[in-house]
Amino acid sequence: MLIAATIAILVVMIMATIRAVMGPTLYDRVLAVNMFGTKTVLLISLLGFVMGRPEFLDIAIVYALINFISVIGVLRYSDNFTLKQSEEQKK
Amino acid sequence: MDTLIQVSSSILLLIGSFLCLSGGVGILRFPDFYTRMHAVGVTETLATTMILIGLILHNPDFLVDVKLVIILLMTLFISPTASHALANAAIHNDLSKQKNDTSDSGVKPSKP
Repeated sequence: MLIAATIAILVVMIMATIRAVMGPTLYDRVLAVNMFGTKTVLLISLLGFVMGRPEFLDIAIVYALINFISVIGVLRYSDNFTLKQSEEQKK
Repeated sequence: MDTLIQVSSSILLLIGSFLCLSGGVGILRFPDFYTRMHAVGVTETLATTMILIGLILHNPDFLVDVKLVIILLMTLFISPTASHALANAAIHNDLSKQKNDTSDSGVKPSKP
């Protein structure tokens, strides 16, 4: 059952990658990357149990924190810089 | 008793996998940004909770259970915060102005 859950999460990660590549706006891509990161935390936890080494959970904790910081950083960057620059190019 | 715990762990893992797959189909098929955000919200709270509780029931080690509870609490605090910041930034930067290239999304947005 652990292996079935691992395969399901891998399929969902592929779906999130497709949306991140072909997303129409910037926020669709950020949403898909955030989903990818959350599913990576679950995948690391499940793989630790599949391979019989639960020490991988430490890596999952660190990955959750890094994912949160990266999403907040990209959103601050989009607030301040990118979209204003594209609006100036339209003018 | 041991068999009951293993069976309930397997059922929780299966429910979590099903919710993850439905959220993945939702992020591909939904027409709008906010509806996609709803599909992702399902996978990030309920499916994560189901899978992590299934893993907690799966193993008897105490320290590993504590680490899994820490991951569960951090996910339940972090993902609504990130979703709130994302929706706030999308509304603040006026998402409806930049919908000029939605034709390549594969799904036609439904007109109200």
